[in-house]
This record gives sequence, structure tokens and C-alpha cells, in this order.
Amino acid sequence: MKNIVILGAGTAGTMVANHLRGKLPTGWTLKIVDPDPLHLYQPGLLFLPFGTERQERLVRPRGNTLKRGIEWIQQGVEKVDADARQVVLEDGERLSYDILVLASGSQIRPEETEGLLGDHWHQTAHDFYTLDGATALRRALAGFDGGRLVVNVVEMPIKCPVAPLEFLFLADDYFTHRGIRDRVELVYATPLDGAFTKPVASATLGYLLEQKGIKVESEFNTGEVDGEARLLRSWDERELAYDLLVSIPTHGGAPFVAASGLGNELDFVPTEHRSLLAKNHDRIFVLGDATDLPSSKAGSVAHFQSGVVADNVLRTIAGKSLVEGFDGHSNCFIESGGGKALLIDFNYDVEPLPGHYPVPGLGPFDLLAESRRNHWGKLAFRWIYWNALLPALPLPLPSRMSMIGKRRPPDKVAA
Amino acid sequence: MTTLEAVGKTIELNNEGFLLDADQWTPELAETLAETVGLGPLSDKHWQVITFCREDAAREGQSPGLRRISKLSGVSMKELYQLFPKGPGKLAAKVAGLPKPQACI
Ligand SMILES: Cc1cc2nc3c(=O)[nH]c(=O)nc-3n(C[C@H](O)[C@H](O)[C@H](O)COP(=O)(O)OP(=O)(O)OC[C@H]3O[C@@H](n4cnc5c(N)ncnc54)[C@H](O)[C@@H]3O)c2cc1C
Repeated sequence: MKNIVILGAGTAGTMVANHLRGKLPTGWTLKIVDPDPLHLYQPGLLFLPFGTERQERLVRPRGNTLKRGIEWIQQGVEKVDADARQVVLEDGERLSYDILVLASGSQIRPEETEGLLGDHWHQTAHDFYTLDGATALRRALAGFDGGRLVVNVVEMPIKCPVAPLEFLFLADDYFTHRGIRDRVELVYATPLDGAFTKPVASATLGYLLEQKGIKVESEFNTGEVDGEARLLRSWDERELAYDLLVSIPTHGGAPFVAASGLGNELDFVPTEHRSLLAKNHDRIFVLGDATDLPSSKAGSVAHFQSGVVADNVLRTIAGKSLVEGFDGHSNCFIESGGGKALLIDFNYDVEPLPGHYPVPGLGPFDLLAESRRNHWGKLAFRWIYWNALLPALPLPLPSRMSMIGKRRPPDKVAA
Repeated sequence: MTTLEAVGKTIELNNEGFLLDADQWTPELAETLAETVGLGPLSDKHWQVITFCREDAAREGQSPGLRRISKLSGVSMKELYQLFPKGPGKLAAKVAGLPKPQACI
């Protein structure tokens, strides 16, 4: 028997497993390892703090998301021994593999920032990237009657890089509905040099922040948090006071990546940009948030990558050369408040551009512009996620980015 | 695009002042680029960072982020902020003739 072992049954691992199921030649087995009994639909975490989404709609028993015939091992991974082609599980058992797919995602690491954890954590300093965090934040927002709310991205890369901005847009809406918007100051503190940094996006979307009265503190690299005084201090010694902090902490890969010597400084796995093979390892593929790729850490990216990885696993089995199939393609809906959303679509080489995005039956969606249809698209996405993306059904969404429908503003041709 | 007359050549920069053609970079040009962003003459410590960034980018195919620089170059985060005030990641990349570190939107 030969074995394919997938580490992590989140968005990416589940899609690869479901793609491969039924396509493997006889003599090959498919195993997937994940300790967590529940699959979490993470994009829904954005809505949880505002009470517009419910926890029960965001989680499903993991067993229900995996096709029959896929063996799920409900344990954590301790280590990969790449030389021996074995995975060491938390109970000490060793699983041998012929091909390994690494899809263990990324996690927040609030402990990396001095002072961020402490008595104030989930009291006056929050996150919304975890179920616990988003739930605690919901209580804190409900009890917030005014003052300065700071959304702080500690360090890049983070997953879903637009989620912090969406959070601010929705917060603007939320406080407006509660009739206290004039008593709330919204501040976005980012290590980047602006809320939007790509030329066309920043020219097209800059108005949103102004319109919604959101202040931007740019190039703010958080060095420490003083939870008692409610202060953020940057490395260049700027101070930013808050009444309520919504932190997007440093992200890192799963701890076993470091123990296996497979990761970079944040335990993300160095990965070939187009074939998705781990650098220097010919039997390990990597996808989703676990990679060190410059593409976004997003579910859509995991979707586009999953087809390429499934294909390359089958090619490896057949002894064929790998496809250089991934072009960095990413698209995502951005909630902009007021029942509207934006859609962006881009890849390694092409920045987000305006125009239309065709999706048969649902679209066309408006690119880089607000519309109600986009908002419905974002909400429809939860259904599509559970019912089409995770089961890896064929979808009219080609993995390579297309220029169809896109417009490049004439003065932005050569940036 | 903007241009800069330096080291006897016309150097092309993008709108944000990053070098367009990586092959035009020389250590001498680094001194000029440093001046354009308000850094004084480059010290050995500056060069330790710049050299690290260039070698790392050649290996990895992308400009290193701030954490990577502080962890692997041997220069601490505090020092990086003293050497390249405000945005060490961005400034070091600029002087080293590398593209701006990535962000999606
Ligand atoms: C607030 C928020 C909003 C978002 N919004 C969007 C959006 O609108 N659009 C979009 O496209 N994306 C969005 N995302 C991002 C998206 O959810 C992720 O990019 C996607 O889930 C990545 O898939 P993954 O499989 O790589 O990681 P995950 O789905 O996180 O899965 C990783 C899996 O690995 C498992 N694992 C971890 N450690 C171990 C171990 N030691 N052993 C075994 N298994 C392990 C975990 O249990 C988990 O199941 C959002 C994310 C957040 C947090």
C-alpha cells in the first residue's frame, strides 16, 4: 500500500482530500490528520461580533465535510520526519507517507507582542480571528458606549488582509444603527503605509475611509501594549491610546512546522510559487495559509490552489512532470457597510483592477466598486463554501486569473 | 515613474521611489538612494542590513519583511528603527534596490 497523508483538514486540506477521493489508482490510500472535531467557516467570524451571524451556522462536524473513503485521523501532528517520510502524531504513532500535503493553516500568536496577553485580553483587548475572540468581542461591543476603538494589525502577513478594514466599515454601520456613532472614534493602525497600498485600489477606494470617518495611523509597527493604561506603543515610540482594542495579532504556521525544520521565521513553509511543491522536498506539497507565498492567505486562494495540488499529486503518482498551475490568483468580497460590498480579483502580477467579474448564474459582480449584488455574493458564499467548495464540486471559477471584464485606468498602465 | 541622475547614469524609479531595474543597483547608488530618503551616510550597521536584504531577496525571490530582517540579519528591531526610522522594512528595501515588500491591496 502507498499512502497520501494530508496534514490539516481545514479549507485547503479538505478540498484537496475531496478532489483526490475517487481519482487514486488502486494501491493508494488517503489519510487526513486534524485534531479538531469541528470545521469552522472563518469568514463568518467577521459578522459574529456585530450579532449578524450565529455561531451554529459557522461550524460543522468535521466528519461530515470529508467524503466517504477518506480516513480521518483525529490527532495533532507533533512533527514531520521528512528524511524518513514519516509523520509523528501526538500519541507517538508514526504514519508513513509517499506523498505529503501540508495544509495546517496559520494561527494568531498574541504572545508575540509584549503586553498583549494579560488580564485585559478578551476584556478590553480583543481579536476576532478565533471563535472565542469573536464571541468575547460581541459582548464588549454591546457594552461599548463611546470612546476610541482602535483596530490594529500588528504585523504582516495576516489571513484575509482586508478583514480588518471590513471590520471597521461594519463597526461604522453598527454604531450608526445604535445611534452613538458620533461618540465613537474609529482608528485603523497598520504597519503598511496606508489602508490600501496598491495604486489602483488606493486611488479607487481611498474615499471609503474618509466617507466613514475612519482615521488611519499608518506605518505603525506595534512594539508593546500597555493593557492597564490602554496604550499601544510602536517601535518608533509613538503612543496610541484606546478604549477598546481590536488586535489582529502576529500570525504563524502550526508549531509542528518549526519542530520539523520545515518553516521560515514565522513557521510558514517555503513553497515553489507555481507548482506548490515545498522548496527542497520533492514529496511534500503545501497550500493554503501554511505557505510562505506572497499570494493572500484566503479561502479563495486555497480553492484555486487545491486543484493544482490535487493535479500534481496525481502526476507524481503517474511519474509525470508537475504543472506550474498556480498564478497567485485571489479574489475576495470586501464588506463596505450599508448592505454593500466590493469584489477584488488579482494575482502575482496583476493588481486589483476595476471592471466586472463574470460568474455564470450569479454575476457579473462589480470589481473594485461597491454594490448590493456583491454583498449578496458575500453572504451566498457561506452556502457555496459548505455545499460546493469544500466537497470540491466542479465550479465555473477557473483557477487562473482572467483579464476578461477588467479595465486598467489609462494613467495607471505603467506605475 | 521618476528619474534620478546618479553615479553618472539616469536611474529610473517608480512613483514611490523604488528602483525599477534591479541591475542598475551598485553600492554607490545605495548611498544616493539613502540620501533621497533622508538617511545620512550609511554606517556598517546599515550595510549589514542592506547586504542581508539583498542576499535574502536573491535566495527567496521577494523582499524580506521586518521580522525576517530582525531575526536573521543580526540587527535587533530596536536598532532597525534607529537605523531606518519609521519604516525599516520599506526603507531598507528601497536603499537595497529591492521592490517594496508585498501587500495585497
Ligand atoms: C475573520 C476572517 C475572515 C475571513 N474572510 C475571508 C473571506 O472573506 N474570503 C476568503 O477567501 N477567506 C477569508 N478568510 C481566510 C480563510 O478562512 C483562510 O484563508 C482559509 O481557511 C485557509 O485555509 P487553510 O486550510 O490553509 O487553513 P485552515 O482552514 O485554518 O485549516 C487549518 C487546519 O489545520 C489544522 N491543524 C493545525 N495544527 C495542526 C496540527 N498540529 N496537526 C494537525 N492539524 C492541525 C487545524 O485544526 C485546521 O483545521 C478569513 C479568515 C478570517 C479569520
